Amino acid sequence: MQLDPDDERILAGEFGETRQQMMELLVGLGTVYGAERFVPIASAQVSGASYKTIGEWGLEWLSSLDARAVVPAVLNPVGMDLERWQEMGIDPAFAKKQEQVVAVYRRLGIRLECTCTPYYLSLTGYGDHLAWSESSAVCYANSAIGARTNREGGPTALAAALVGKTPYYGLHLVENRKPTVVVRVEGAPPSPDAGWYGALGVIAGRQVGSRIPFFSGIRPTRDGLKSLGAAMAATGAVALFHVDRITPEARVFSYDLGGLEAITVGSDEVAAAWSGIPVDAVAIGCPHCSGEELGLIASLLEGKRVTKPLYVFAARRVIREHPREVAVIERSGARVYADTCMVVSPAFERYGAVMTSSGKASVYLPSLCGGAARLGTVEECVAEATS
Amino acid sequence: MEVIIRARGIGRGSGTGALLVTDAPLSFLGGVDPETGVVIDPDHPLHGRSVAGRVLAFPHGKGSTVGSYVIYGLARNGVAPAAIVNTEAEAIIAAGALIAGIPLVDRPERPIGELPDGAPATVDAGAGDIRVGDP
Repeated sequence: MQLDPDDERILAGEFGETRQQMMELLVGLGTVYGAERFVPIASAQVSGASYKTIGEWGLEWLSSLDARAVVPAVLNPVGMDLERWQEMGIDPAFAKKQEQVVAVYRRLGIRLECTCTPYYLSLTGYGDHLAWSESSAVCYANSAIGARTNREGGPTALAAALVGKTPYYGLHLVENRKPTVVVRVEGAPPSPDAGWYGALGVIAGRQVGSRIPFFSGIRPTRDGLKSLGAAMAATGAVALFHVDRITPEARVFSYDLGGLEAITVGSDEVAAAWSGIPVDAVAIGCPHCSGEELGLIASLLEGKRVTKPLYVFAARRVIREHPREVAVIERSGARVYADTCMVVSPAFERYGAVMTSSGKASVYLPSLCGGAARLGTVEECVAEATS
Repeated sequence: MEVIIRARGIGRGSGTGALLVTDAPLSFLGGVDPETGVVIDPDHPLHGRSVAGRVLAFPHGKGSTVGSYVIYGLARNGVAPAAIVNTEAEAIIAAGALIAGIPLVDRPERPIGELPDGAPATVDAGAGDIRVGDP
């Protein structure tokens, strides 16, 4: 790899052991994937935030580091709302470990916005190079925004945050961003809810795997794109997709789709993802809710009371910027939590079956929480929680 | 007699130990006990064997990216491999080896299946080679 003189000095250890180790990590990653040089990044999003996933050794490694982030960097969701964890019923022993992990990241200059939707917090633009980790955030940044990021692991995203660069390979290169498979959706309803796109993503992700799909026959909103991508990243390993006449790169480039394998998904297949199993709780906000989604949930809950636990998850800043909507939701008895979600919090281990509008959560809940998951639209989720 | 096999070095440093060779990909998270270095995945051909102090050769990593931290845990417990040889390295193994200070090479000019299991070997990540046998 070609390094500039400053990078060489970091690698030689002139700026301390931590930066040297971070540069070794980035050069190692670049070597593995054949990068010729680095590219400066606009922001980083660092996974490996929940004590539930990184464990004692992850915490020890992080504690050994001493440097500060040089670009805006946020954390992935952690195992609990950092302010309201007691209310969530989190074990104090877990909370103590989680707070240690968070304190270490704070010392490293990572902002304690723990979210899978960093694009609601700092301006992320078309063509920006990023080093993001969380699979749905990566998929949204690449697809809905036209920014460029590979799916980073925790250590390499942290290294990129502390150095401000990432190896220039993979999805950073325009030539690697072309569609490699076509997905034709037939019989889509007129204006489907994000829950419908989640179900579509669950089905499509299984068929496209790690390829780059080009969709036709749908016109998703930004929340629809978010839901579709998150689910495809969960059942496949999709990090980028295009939607005909909707996503930025599909509008900028004219792709030659001739010769690509074409898959057809019918709306009947999507409808079959719905079930009617009884549930103990309802959860919305995987990925974290946008302001529009908080508004929709509030309008559906206005003047109602929940009859079973209803959890809503969003980034702390999005919650603060929508006090009216959040007040309406909480007045119903539902709770709006920040920093965490139903997939990473141990709070959901206590439920047997959970209803969600998230295709992604419907995939992960059964294995992570030991329960069953039922998929529905946001409207159906609210109806279930207030029935 | 010593045989020198060229490979691609990732990171720096060298390590010496007896070769432990497998043709099955390895997940460190849930696959290797970070306290003992013993392979605990019951479906893995190396199940029950220890990677501690060995030159561990396997095709590539798999599974969770948290596996990088398990490799770090092995090193902190003094039961890490002396070096790693991959057919094709990927980010989990590379990040783990780099934060744990374990020499790593990949793309050896001879398939890893031809490496003699149990023979002494030295991996030099800086030079990008594997030296098999007694010098």
